Amino acid sequence: MIVLDTVPSGALVLAVGVLFAAGVYLLLERSLTRVLLGFVLVGNGANLAILVAGGRAGASPIVGNAPEDERMSDPLAQAMILTSIVITLALVAFVLAMAYRSWQLNGHDEVQDDVEDRRIARLAARNAPSYDDADAGEPGVSLDEEAAEIHDEVAQVTTVRAPEAPDDGRDPAPGMGRDRSQGGRDGRDGRDGGRA
Amino acid sequence: MLLVLLAHLVLALAAPTLVGWWGRRAFWALALAPATAAGYALTKTSAVLAGETVVEQVPWVPGLHLALDFRFDTLSWLMLLVVGGVGALVLLYCSAYFSRDAQGLRRFGGVLVAFAGAMAGLVTSDDLLLTFVFWELTTVFSYLLIGHYADRKASRRAAMQAIVVTTAGGLAMLVGLVILGVDAGTWRVSEVIAAGAEGRLTGPAVTAAALCLVVGAASKSALVPTHFWLPAAMAAPTPVSAYLHAAAMVKAGIYLVARFAPAFGEVPAWRVSLVVLGAATLLLGGYRAMRQHDLKLVLAFGTVSQLGLLTLLLGYGTRAAALAGLALLGAHAMFKASLFLVIGVVDRATGTRDLRRLSGLARQLPITCTAAVLATASMVGLPPFAGYVAKEAALEAFVAEAHHGDPLGWWMVAVIALGSALTLAYGLRFLWGAFGTKRDWERRWHAEHPLPADEEGPVAGPTPAERQPLWLVVPPVVLGALGLLAGLLPNFGEGLLAPYADTYPAGEPGHLALWGGIAPPLGVTLVVFAVGFLAFWQRSRVERWQDLLWSPRGADAVYRRSMRRLDDLAADVTGRTQRGSLPFYLGAILVVLAVGPGLALAFGLLNPATGTGVLPVAADAAGRAGVVGIGPLAVALWDRPAQLAIVVVVAVAAVLAARSRRRLKAVLLVGVAGYGNAALFLLHGAPDLALTQVLCETVTLVVMVLVLRRLPPYFSYRPLPASRWLRLAVGVVTGLVMMLFCVAAPLARVHLPISVDFPQEALSWGGGKNVVNVTLVDIRAWDTVGEISVLLVAATGVASLVFLRQRSGTVLRASDDAEATRREAEAFAKAPRRPQYARWLVAVPTLAPERRSVLFEVITRVIFHVMVVFALFLLFSGHNAPGGGFAAGLVVGIALTVRYLAGGRYELGEAAPVHPGLLLGTGLFLSAGVGLAALLSGHDALESFAPHIELPVLGEVHLVTSLFFDMGVFLVVVGLVLDILRTLGAEIDRQADTDEAEEAALVARVREEEHA
Repeated sequence: MIVLDTVPSGALVLAVGVLFAAGVYLLLERSLTRVLLGFVLVGNGANLAILVAGGRAGASPIVGNAPEDERMSDPLAQAMILTSIVITLALVAFVLAMAYRSWQLNGHDEVQDDVEDRRIARLAARNAPSYDDADAGEPGVSLDEEAAEIHDEVAQVTTVRAPEAPDDGRDPAPGMGRDRSQGGRDGRDGRDGGRA
Repeated sequence: MLLVLLAHLVLALAAPTLVGWWGRRAFWALALAPATAAGYALTKTSAVLAGETVVEQVPWVPGLHLALDFRFDTLSWLMLLVVGGVGALVLLYCSAYFSRDAQGLRRFGGVLVAFAGAMAGLVTSDDLLLTFVFWELTTVFSYLLIGHYADRKASRRAAMQAIVVTTAGGLAMLVGLVILGVDAGTWRVSEVIAAGAEGRLTGPAVTAAALCLVVGAASKSALVPTHFWLPAAMAAPTPVSAYLHAAAMVKAGIYLVARFAPAFGEVPAWRVSLVVLGAATLLLGGYRAMRQHDLKLVLAFGTVSQLGLLTLLLGYGTRAAALAGLALLGAHAMFKASLFLVIGVVDRATGTRDLRRLSGLARQLPITCTAAVLATASMVGLPPFAGYVAKEAALEAFVAEAHHGDPLGWWMVAVIALGSALTLAYGLRFLWGAFGTKRDWERRWHAEHPLPADEEGPVAGPTPAERQPLWLVVPPVVLGALGLLAGLLPNFGEGLLAPYADTYPAGEPGHLALWGGIAPPLGVTLVVFAVGFLAFWQRSRVERWQDLLWSPRGADAVYRRSMRRLDDLAADVTGRTQRGSLPFYLGAILVVLAVGPGLALAFGLLNPATGTGVLPVAADAAGRAGVVGIGPLAVALWDRPAQLAIVVVVAVAAVLAARSRRRLKAVLLVGVAGYGNAALFLLHGAPDLALTQVLCETVTLVVMVLVLRRLPPYFSYRPLPASRWLRLAVGVVTGLVMMLFCVAAPLARVHLPISVDFPQEALSWGGGKNVVNVTLVDIRAWDTVGEISVLLVAATGVASLVFLRQRSGTVLRASDDAEATRREAEAFAKAPRRPQYARWLVAVPTLAPERRSVLFEVITRVIFHVMVVFALFLLFSGHNAPGGGFAAGLVVGIALTVRYLAGGRYELGEAAPVHPGLLLGTGLFLSAGVGLAALLSGHDALESFAPHIELPVLGEVHLVTSLFFDMGVFLVVVGLVLDILRTLGAEIDRQADTDEAEEAALVARVREEEHA
């Protein structure tokens, strides 16, 4: 087994702990500015944590720069931290823009509870349906009774039904009751209505 | 077989286009797909007669045991014939059934053909998982077909109910299939069956798998208690009902039972559950079919009943019963599809399916009526139709069982007899309802009215009906006639189907015959006929009893109630967990971090059994100078003494920042902590990090101050003390957990870090000495591409949050500020002497005089270009010394910031007269383009290579492509900072100016009004 000297530096570990503690304290706030500052602190702490995980301090990782007897510090951890630093900058800008926008719209930069989530919680508390959907109701008829009412879109049904209709007291087919004295136009309408 | 499936796929995809071209005539072409399936089955008839199997295997995803394995035996032959034959006839029927202008026919055609293909695949697949894939495909397509009239509520609900029920069963089936596959050690269906037939499938796991399959089959084939979805699915167009809900899809469950029954001879739970479910379904379906008034619903409940009988026969587990079941399967497909198609004709001719309103149709639709009579005769089991042959075989099988001493035998005979009597009753009722001549009161008789006592009365006039086209009438006649033909050739049928029945391990072989001799089955049949006719004759009385008696509608209500409960549960869970509070979510995550991994690590370290020896580094370092051992852990006090001093500064700044109530103070303290971090990086031996951190911290500070000038100076939120203590506790615990991780992780290391070879690789392949930079632009270049994409997205997000109407405003130049230009011109004219100096910055006249600082302008003028040159130096030297694209971009960003602070937003436009989007896009294009160029020149993507170029003066230039990659990074970072400045600086300035102007105008107006 390879045994390495990666005993962590207590000073750095302490810094990680303090940065995380202070950062999390701020993160749990409601003011976006404080949340952002907390995020920056946590980010710094996380960067240090990666640094510690990479091993002990050493010479800068530039070939030919280090004295022969000194070990190089881990370059991989550094590459990761470098990207993380720049991304933190982008994120800071984004959250700041959000804080500014929130201030513009609401006059403050506090993170409010999600209105929709609260609404669902309220509805759940009194066992009301969470959304208004006619399909979810419980009508008196069962689905197979409803299915019996469904007819396919087939040809000529209306024209056949029409003579039967007066027996059932239904309205006559459209166009049938119109005054035919107005000539061909209405008659044509009547036929179209019957076919439609 | 693959070709057959391919034909379905091609026609399904082409269907919308074809229907678009040819209208409903396109269904003739679409019918070709199932016809090929049926034709394929017919060409294999001789092989099936000989008891051979045809196998086709194409590997697909070997890692998932998923293969396109097809196997063609007797059962597959029958099913494929049913699926293909009925499918082709139904599609032909469709060509005449729908009106020319019916909605959604294009989709309908495609989905119907796709369904036929899925069904054909299901019944021939020989791979457990492939079977499941086809199974679920049929579910999805049937959902689309049931919900064909998507604008009707009943259709949507029926479709949803069907897919919920069948998918739930399908998932159970998947579990069963996986258990089987693992238990048998093979994923080929035929091999699993063989293992079962040899008695190798036993034990509780197999029993569980068998029960899972029963659940799947029951849900698909509408067995009790999931039978309710099938009548509801009658909301589908009638051809769909004929195909899916009579011939094909509901048979999928039966197929599953038939396929696996030979394997589960040793699993009593399989047989018992199937027999019980089948018997219950048989009786319940028949009972409920007796009192339906919609013709489709009569048939739907009849189908439920018949599916129960099929399950019972095929699941019983003896050869004779299986033979009868297979014969009934074929017979049922023919007569039930035919009857549904007949209903379509009746519905189309009269506009109604209500049997109370139909009368005297037998004379008006004679051919249709003939088809219905043929099919009904087969359904109720009249000789010499196929249904009769199958039922006789069933009765004979169970009578024989009873004679052999099986106590279940007589019970089965009784159940089947009762079911058959019900079948006869509702079959006759159907025929009478559709075509019979009724008395007047029967037509006017509605469920809600009390039934009249008198059974005489005037005969109703015939319902008006139209003659229907040939294409509508031919398919049901063909199917009905086939039922008769099959019944007349029982020996041929026996020869075809016996090979399947022989795969059952138990029981005597059965026989199919028209005349079984004077024996108990004949007597039972006669009793059945008598009871059935009696029930039909006394139909109004029977219906009256049914009204008084219990009406088993429970399943549907239970389904709805349970769906409602599910909704309630989901809402409750959502309400409890999804509180909408960000601190709550974050707190929950952090508490889980502490309680889960944190406690696990702590206990692991404290446990003496595992605690010693797991941290090799600590064991090795114990006792060394400067190393403090804490239990199993070891910590060095510091790497360099200066670390401790800086850590104290960082810690104090962080704590003070957390306590601060002023925004600006908090921001500055966080900045101090950040610079402290940079110093720690430097001490650790990470100059690149230190450089980047300092630059980033500077930009961050400036940007924060730029925004904070618009926000109130104090934090507005005053949290309650209790919640503050809670937050503090969470913070401290998280900090402690992180410290624990930080100590334990490096100590647990047992392998060399992957980066030990980086310096060598950086030099030889990357062509650079700065290992961190080479890592970024070469070794882990993909990470960097991802990261600069994130930067681009973030920059766009920032811009879109503040520039509300466009990606970012126009680039402002000094000349754009008309007011300032005019003011300057006036000042110039009025000036007693011409100014002695040129302007230090171009756009300063746009600033109000009180905002200007000449000293700052001079310094800016001096250092701006120096900074840009320094940035270029960092960029080009970054490969071998600290620097690189990130640092260089940030330096340019700071230079721009300085220009902006000194000269305002017009000055920023003068300094960088370019759109940030352009920089971001070019940068990303350059970085990704390097990857592409490497790929094109034969390297791996993003691998750097060094073409040597001879230049006339400079000599040989060693050009590493990763330099271009770094330039891309540089441009993206510059674009990011520029975007931030333009957004959070310039645009906020502009908005503030606008606000001020509006306010001033308002004040002026108010004053005017006061004066007036």
